[in-house]
Amino acid sequence: MTMIFGIPVQALMGQLLVGLINGSFYALLSLGLAVIFGLLRVINFAHGAQYMLGAFVALLLATHGGIGYWPALILAPLIVGLFGAVIERTMLSRLYSLDPLYGLLFTFGLALTIEGTFRYFFGASGSPYAAPPSLGGGVNLGFMFLPVYRGWVVVASLVVCLGIWLLIEKTKLGAYLRAATENPTLVQSFGVNVPLLLTLTYGLGAGLAGFAGVLAAPVYQVSPLMGSNLIIIVFAVVVIGGMGSILGAIVTGYLLGIAEGLTKVFYPEASNIVVFVIMAIVLILRPAGLFGKDV
Amino acid sequence: MRKLLLSAAVIATAGPALAEISDGKVKIGILNDQSGVYADFGGKYSFEAAQMAVEDFGGTVMDMPIEVVTADHQNKADIASNIARQWYDTEQVDAIMELTTSSVALAVQALSKEANKITITTGAATTELTGAQCSPIGFHWAYDTHALAVGTGGALVEQGGDSWFFLTADYAFGYSLEEQTSAYATEKGGTVLGAVRHPLSTTDFSSFLLQAQASGAKVIGLANAGMDTQNAIKQASEFGIVQSGQRLAALLFTLAEVHGLGLEAAQGLTLTESFYWNRTPETAEFGNRFMEKTGVMPNMVHTGTYSAVMSYLKAIEAAGGDETEAVAAKLHELPVEDIFAGNGKVAANGRMISDVYLLEVKKPGESETPWDYFNVKATIPGDQAYLDPAQSGCPLVTN
Repeated sequence: MTMIFGIPVQALMGQLLVGLINGSFYALLSLGLAVIFGLLRVINFAHGAQYMLGAFVALLLATHGGIGYWPALILAPLIVGLFGAVIERTMLSRLYSLDPLYGLLFTFGLALTIEGTFRYFFGASGSPYAAPPSLGGGVNLGFMFLPVYRGWVVVASLVVCLGIWLLIEKTKLGAYLRAATENPTLVQSFGVNVPLLLTLTYGLGAGLAGFAGVLAAPVYQVSPLMGSNLIIIVFAVVVIGGMGSILGAIVTGYLLGIAEGLTKVFYPEASNIVVFVIMAIVLILRPAGLFGKDV
Repeated sequence: MRKLLLSAAVIATAGPALAEISDGKVKIGILNDQSGVYADFGGKYSFEAAQMAVEDFGGTVMDMPIEVVTADHQNKADIASNIARQWYDTEQVDAIMELTTSSVALAVQALSKEANKITITTGAATTELTGAQCSPIGFHWAYDTHALAVGTGGALVEQGGDSWFFLTADYAFGYSLEEQTSAYATEKGGTVLGAVRHPLSTTDFSSFLLQAQASGAKVIGLANAGMDTQNAIKQASEFGIVQSGQRLAALLFTLAEVHGLGLEAAQGLTLTESFYWNRTPETAEFGNRFMEKTGVMPNMVHTGTYSAVMSYLKAIEAAGGDETEAVAAKLHELPVEDIFAGNGKVAANGRMISDVYLLEVKKPGESETPWDYFNVKATIPGDQAYLDPAQSGCPLVTN
């Protein structure tokens, strides 16, 4: 059997694939964060909570409304996005004129409140959520057993990431959004409703987190803490990719998933800090991040 | 005349005894994880169990009020130590109990030994508490890694699971559980093919599971707890591990986690607990009472905390005051006979020895009522489940 660094190639291939799957979640979540930061200059600490909300909305739709996975995949992000939009309109928008720190503190407080509320009602150990039967089972790839659902996660995440990137970089709406970030007053004077654009953007970011939450529900235990476990890593992804860089967030998300997967083979104890070690190195060598523009 | 003498005697004993409850009240601190991965394993439910014990005891001890306070140590030994110091120094807490998470329990037990205060650990698992780091005033109730290794490990080796691979939580508890299960499995003729250490609160276990799968071991031992174990089990079924013939051994898994995971994913798991609510009519009665108060059925940590508080109060009464050494002596001396332990006794190393139960998770169709999750497969007598105190490495044990 061929070996690389004492690890059979087959095992390595398996780990690379697993890393790619985790990277899909990182990419989706960091994409939402990057969109919100890039366009609103808000460091959205509530992102993990919105991811958790997505999973819980899917769960509650199933237990209380009998609504299955596929409708939930559309409905839950919409509900979480709407929730995000309401939060932005009623509360967050009041903080734009202040130091960005206030936005960070507000969203952090919001995250703690949401998670605390869910923990009160649902407990910390959470509930199971079943994958749809059509995505059950798995395929034997020769080097590993790939659950069909995980394959679907990679595909869904790639499609959505690409779609959002195209939306922001290649469409007229995206052009408005980017212009509104550069100079809101000027864009408003052209008759564009800038506050509405910002609300939509925050709603979109929150909706993306909700989408990732629904995707994650069948893989992880649906629990109030599922977001807080992930959010710090996702922040590191955004920092490494370059704050506000959409493409950077997506690419870095996948890369770090793979880096983490490999660490789990070679030195598992370090698997939860490898992302931060990479972040420190990147910050020293390229303070603006891998894809960020030097300021 | 005799009556007079009797009353004089009563006054003579009651007088000083009343004065011997320090600060005019008995205050018990329940210190555990209330917001993290172990929040359902112990959490606020342990606090409620402690309050229930106080109520069942009558609300007062030697006519003095009993108060239970609680705090969240977030699974961090430094935070726990700070809270413990504050409780002892400024809030007149007399004893700290529960102490989920082994690293925390070891830190607080050592600190309490210095402060001359009693601890009764119910939530943590490491045998170190009653081993090399034992304390004359530190007690360990409910379960430990040795009992889990003997229960679950022993059962699986006997059923032919003679080669093991471990997924181990990367801290004191995980090591302890892995080491003892390995030792027990090897002693019974099994082999250990390998182990991988994962950080606490890992969400994705697929990498580790693939390594376990590649090892070809018959049994994958999950030497972790709480949500870590839940996620590992859920993802193992996703990767077809159980279907392809490998068995999972959840070495520390309780009713609370089975409830969170659901019978669909948990069915067939073998696990060990020292309490199961639906075992006898009496335990069911207690379970239902607990359920009414808290909304959940108790696991061994919750009921163990109930028993610890109850035993502590009985010891105060027997000692005639809450002076640490006298109460500790009574805790060592008195048998533990309550809803948790029918015939418990406390060994010289502080280990409370009572029966543990080998349980198997029911299939969804077999469960008749809510929370009816286990079949009791065997009762393991305390003397077999727990380490012989003479071999525990505790310097307090003299042969």
